[in-house]
Amino acid sequence: MTGEAREVDVLIVGAGPAGLAAGAELAAATAGRVEILEREQEAGGIPRHCHHGGFGGRLDRSAYAWASAAGSAYARRGTTGPDFARRGVAAAVAAGAALRTGVTVTGWAGPRTVETTGPAGLERITARAVILATGARERPRSARLIPGARPPGVYTTGELQQAVHLYGQRIGTTAVVVGDEPVGHAAVATLRAAGVHVVAMVTDRTAPALRLRSPRVPLLTGATVTGLTGRARLSGVALRHEDGRTTTLRCDTVVLTGDFVPDHELARRGEILLDPGTRGPAYDAAHRTSRPGVFAVGNLLHAVERAGYAAQEGRAVAVPVLHRLAGTEGPAGGGRRLVVDAPLRWIAPNMTGPDGARPPGDRFVLRTWRRLPRPLLVVSQDGRELHRQRLLSTAVPGRPFTLRADWVDHVDPDGTDVRITAL
Amino acid sequence: MTVTLTTAGPLPPLDDAEGTYDVAVVGAGVVGAAVARELARHRLRTALIDASDDIGNATSKANTAILHTGFDAAPGSLEARLVREGRDLLAAYAAETGIPVERVGALLVAWDEDQLAALPGLRDKAERNGYHASRIIGADELRAREPHLGPGALGALDVPDESIICPWTTPLAFATQAVRAGVHLHLNCRVRDVTADADGHTLTTSRGPLRARYLVNAAGLHADEIDRLLGHDVFTVTPRRGQLVVFDKLARPLVGHILLPVPGPAGKGVLVAPTVFGNVLLGPTAEELDDKTATGSTADGIRLLREKGRRIVPGLLDEEVTAVYAGLRAATGQEDYRIQEYPGLRYVAVGGIRSTGLTASMAIGRHVIALLTAVGLDPGEPHDLPPLTMPNLGEAFPRPYRDAALIAGDPAYGTLVCHCEQVTLGEIRDALASTIPPHSPDGLRRRTRARGGRCQGFYCGAAVRALFEEERP
Repeated sequence: MTGEAREVDVLIVGAGPAGLAAGAELAAATAGRVEILEREQEAGGIPRHCHHGGFGGRLDRSAYAWASAAGSAYARRGTTGPDFARRGVAAAVAAGAALRTGVTVTGWAGPRTVETTGPAGLERITARAVILATGARERPRSARLIPGARPPGVYTTGELQQAVHLYGQRIGTTAVVVGDEPVGHAAVATLRAAGVHVVAMVTDRTAPALRLRSPRVPLLTGATVTGLTGRARLSGVALRHEDGRTTTLRCDTVVLTGDFVPDHELARRGEILLDPGTRGPAYDAAHRTSRPGVFAVGNLLHAVERAGYAAQEGRAVAVPVLHRLAGTEGPAGGGRRLVVDAPLRWIAPNMTGPDGARPPGDRFVLRTWRRLPRPLLVVSQDGRELHRQRLLSTAVPGRPFTLRADWVDHVDPDGTDVRITAL
Repeated sequence: MTVTLTTAGPLPPLDDAEGTYDVAVVGAGVVGAAVARELARHRLRTALIDASDDIGNATSKANTAILHTGFDAAPGSLEARLVREGRDLLAAYAAETGIPVERVGALLVAWDEDQLAALPGLRDKAERNGYHASRIIGADELRAREPHLGPGALGALDVPDESIICPWTTPLAFATQAVRAGVHLHLNCRVRDVTADADGHTLTTSRGPLRARYLVNAAGLHADEIDRLLGHDVFTVTPRRGQLVVFDKLARPLVGHILLPVPGPAGKGVLVAPTVFGNVLLGPTAEELDDKTATGSTADGIRLLREKGRRIVPGLLDEEVTAVYAGLRAATGQEDYRIQEYPGLRYVAVGGIRSTGLTASMAIGRHVIALLTAVGLDPGEPHDLPPLTMPNLGEAFPRPYRDAALIAGDPAYGTLVCHCEQVTLGEIRDALASTIPPHSPDGLRRRTRARGGRCQGFYCGAAVRALFEEERP
């Protein structure tokens, strides 16, 4: 069955912070029928189950202020996740966006036509512009190739938070948290809210990613998870320490945090070009993907930035989408790829935009595979240096840092890839 | 339809007419379930018992899920015959009940001159096994049919009828049909001792005694222990661990066929194969162990598989891994099944059923009935079992989330709970209310695919558990 066919002006896939913000902005700009599809029963995305603070706070100081200030301020500023989600939903609906929950996009039936399934049946929806805002998820144990037994008691933070905050489920008695990024500390907070004793937080990094500490939880650095034990229930997490020592932490619960990947399935099913670094769609400063009329926003692009940043990207996509609807969009296909050399991990956006467009906040975001104390970032194209910039702080894995974008005007549109190197 | 399925408490009392069974089948894996289903066609009181809380919960749940042609079996062996017969029986049964099967074909890829030179011998062996459709293809045809194959492949033996099948629906279909036809299924029922007398056997189980006139031992990894309880010392089951890696569905276009290595002295080797769920499987390892509970994966095993996989289909390694698991094959040191009847004992031992057991299961079932008859059981005339339709878990066949008519009749089939696997609320409710309901979230996964996808529960884990617990407070 092919289902009912409909047309809308803008179709947004995903009602998390980015999708809702895009919907609110475009509906307010009277872009015609703006429809947001959300496969969950409730809109709001990941913040729905993040019962800690830090959402949408005073991010106005600078778009990326949190990147350097994330440490101690992490959980205190702004509002809670559920509150942030509710505000995002309310703003989109108030602006006039049609928000439909419990509707899943199951595939493509044309360049800007999607197939959907919902309790009311099947549909084919064709849009003048499609915005992908499908978000990101944490890699599960299997994708991290953690060997051992497969007992119950193994969670990602996303599953843990939903179990505790949305369903009130029993978790266990003693837990180990793997990963020390902010999301790991959020996992500790959730475990404590569920009455679970947190034995330790472990990270394979030799130095903590952040100054952030969860009180009364020992942080074991330089410790790699080598296996899980237990049959009917998890009984322990085996670790190998830097000096070769091995230990097993006894626990009935382990939470694997961080290691986010974009949920790029729909993008890939649509044969949209991905960036090899981010594994999200390759995109330019106008949030355009390789498929004309299909835009991408939020953590689908670069897993994972904070909700406020995703929402900001959602708002930023409105202008290029309005250009698309008005027929005044810049020509496609002119963008140069931005590629990074290791140990840099990725850059976003990773294409140059139309007419020298700059990314939001006039900054590119980067991540690194390893710690780089005050690196010198060099941008070049075909052997020609376009820009050099000394970072004033240490770049660490798991945390974004930024690169000024004022060199974009100097990119040769007929040249090859633009390279970003850290010296 | 009166269904008797118990999971706790005492078994039916021995003095009750219901309490003495004509036949007890120990082990509710794919083989035990197939035997029970075959017995269900006769007017017999049959018990199917298993130590775990679900059917197919040991060796049967963790294999390579291939419906073999038997082209490479040892000619003349019992295994060769039962695989050949079982393949046709199961293919027909799958078509009838909706067990997903895809005839993708196998290619035995030769990576060096020695392997290339071994292909004619393998083709001749296939002929001796009564399989006549295999042929040798050159490097160019191989490359055209498998464009993502790694460099260096010289040619292949094409086995067009080798198929992939759902390893979970198959034993569930057998057991469901058996139970609906009156077979008693007792789970969480571990056999601790067996005593034989003139009239039959008394089994001492973890849930009390069970009496049966005839006994079938289909206990898989533990078949040797049951056999010893009956006074035999014929075979020893040495668990042979096979670790497997399941790649994301986005990898599926990389692999068209079951890609087998040319078997060498080290055994059958590592294969790359599509699954009926739309994933790609890499494995298995082959590790001789002495621990029948060692179903964990190891760092070395995963590393070895990734090395082999990189050679076979290099692009596979860039894809996300959805699952890593390990299964134990019941190796007995003899390259054949160990199926033996004992006339004086009213007993049939079904041991050493290795990875071909899924394919051979229905033929083993028939063979066991014949042996039971030979040792004195009068099964009477067989009758047809009521038809059965299983929920489809296969990606290549219509699934509820794309069925407009089904959704129009019940919106629960349009309500997706597990997004990665596109499993609907309707399917989960059906599984929880089915003849043999799951007793764990993993059991629910094997009946619906829920929580078995790329996110492994990041999105749906809590919701699926809530649905499961709602049904079983």
